[in-house]
Amino acid sequence: MNAEEINRSLARIAHQVLEANHGARDLMVLGIPTRGVPLAARLARLMGEVEGHPVPTGQLDVTMYRDDLRSQPTRPVGRTVLPGDVDGAVVVLVDDVLYSGRTVVAALDALHDLGRPAAIRLAVLVDRGHRQVPVRADHVGKNLPTASHERVQVRLAETDDVDAVAILRDTPADTGVGTEGTR
Amino acid sequence: MKHLLSAADLSLDEVTGILDLAEEMSQVQSRPVKKLPALRGRTVVNLFFEDSTRTRSSFELAGKWLSADVINVSAKGSSVSKGESLRDTVLTVAAMGVDALVIRHMASGAPQQAAQWVDAHVLNAGDGTHEHPTQALLDAFSMRRHFRASDPDFDWRDKTVAVVGDLTHSRVVRSNVLLLRTLGARVVLVAPPTLLPSGVQSWPAEVSTDLDEVLGSADVVMMLRVQRERMSGGYFPTAREYTVGYGLTRDRLARLKPGAAICHPGPMNRGLEISADAADSAASLVLDQVASGVAVRMSVLYHLLGGDDEGGTR
Repeated sequence: MNAEEINRSLARIAHQVLEANHGARDLMVLGIPTRGVPLAARLARLMGEVEGHPVPTGQLDVTMYRDDLRSQPTRPVGRTVLPGDVDGAVVVLVDDVLYSGRTVVAALDALHDLGRPAAIRLAVLVDRGHRQVPVRADHVGKNLPTASHERVQVRLAETDDVDAVAILRDTPADTGVGTEGTR
Repeated sequence: MKHLLSAADLSLDEVTGILDLAEEMSQVQSRPVKKLPALRGRTVVNLFFEDSTRTRSSFELAGKWLSADVINVSAKGSSVSKGESLRDTVLTVAAMGVDALVIRHMASGAPQQAAQWVDAHVLNAGDGTHEHPTQALLDAFSMRRHFRASDPDFDWRDKTVAVVGDLTHSRVVRSNVLLLRTLGARVVLVAPPTLLPSGVQSWPAEVSTDLDEVLGSADVVMMLRVQRERMSGGYFPTAREYTVGYGLTRDRLARLKPGAAICHPGPMNRGLEISADAADSAASLVLDQVASGVAVRMSVLYHLLGGDDEGGTR
């Protein structure tokens, strides 16, 4: 995907979220670090443009809720920034790549400790399949069939100076760039 | 990180990482569910051979809020009072399969010894007159918040911290000097000549015996407790004389640098090293220090226990 395709996907998702929610009422858009955060900010901005008023956005770090903490060296923990009270909000979780689904499970657990949202939706830029838990996204930018040895690399202008989604077929050393498949 | 035994063990990156995560952890204190699952299934033992309220209870809360199982073993009422040696006590507790030992001991070097006997992570919660690294971390955390409030981009290298009082018997001072040095701050130690530890000239800090001379240049004045229980007397003639020379009196409070903060690791001897006016003034960070204790210790526990058993950082 190039920059235009990413923008079109996000614009469509923004409209879909608003349509499903009958407007922006109670919406709270939360990005999952790292690359879910700029995506959430873009989605919220797009929705705000449609609705004519700002849509609250923030970020939800899920590191401490992961199920694989023990199997690797200590992970750095990101920030959690909530624009308001989670209770009663319609939370739209945003991430770049949906793969095993374990990150989403961690995010649901994290939200559970923060309050009781009226509903939780999931929006992802790329769904690459290979789910390991019964999780599905409500809004998907692009379905990208992949083999499990491949990696999906998402780069965004905010973090990587360029908007692009690519499938990496060989598996060189981890570049640390938005590759859900390595987590 | 495998152990936290000395503030000198920490690199600048590690200190920054611990303080940054502590900032996140301090948010947990205001959440409806004060619980994170990161250390679920881990067991932390607080092994306290010496009295402590704030350190022990904040380590206990820190562990519990990270979902670890925490048990407290204090010397009173344990087999220590029946004459068991440090080594046997440590080995006995470790044999139960604990992941971390938080040790407070009246003998300098006890946690370092324990770290050689067991596989578990060992945290020094204060050893004799040697070190107290988590106290130094929470002091740095409180100071950083204070400095950031007026200048979010402040540089530690522009800051001067005066540490005043009973340097000989203080474990806080050594950890603070080492940590502040890592951060880059200028440290001035102030004490009567009788309370300057031997070898203080080799520490990475300036030394003075005149508080009034230092007062005007300090961005933080850290008052140390006069540890009467560790003194056999003879360090200064009378308490009154100590207060006149080295106490943070109302008069000295008025002569602090504008915007300067006051720290005290507690418990305070009001009227001796710190006046009530100073302790309760707007410049005082004393209660912030206590509140930061849990968040900083959560951060430390996560850095030690949050990953695999190698204790590395990704």
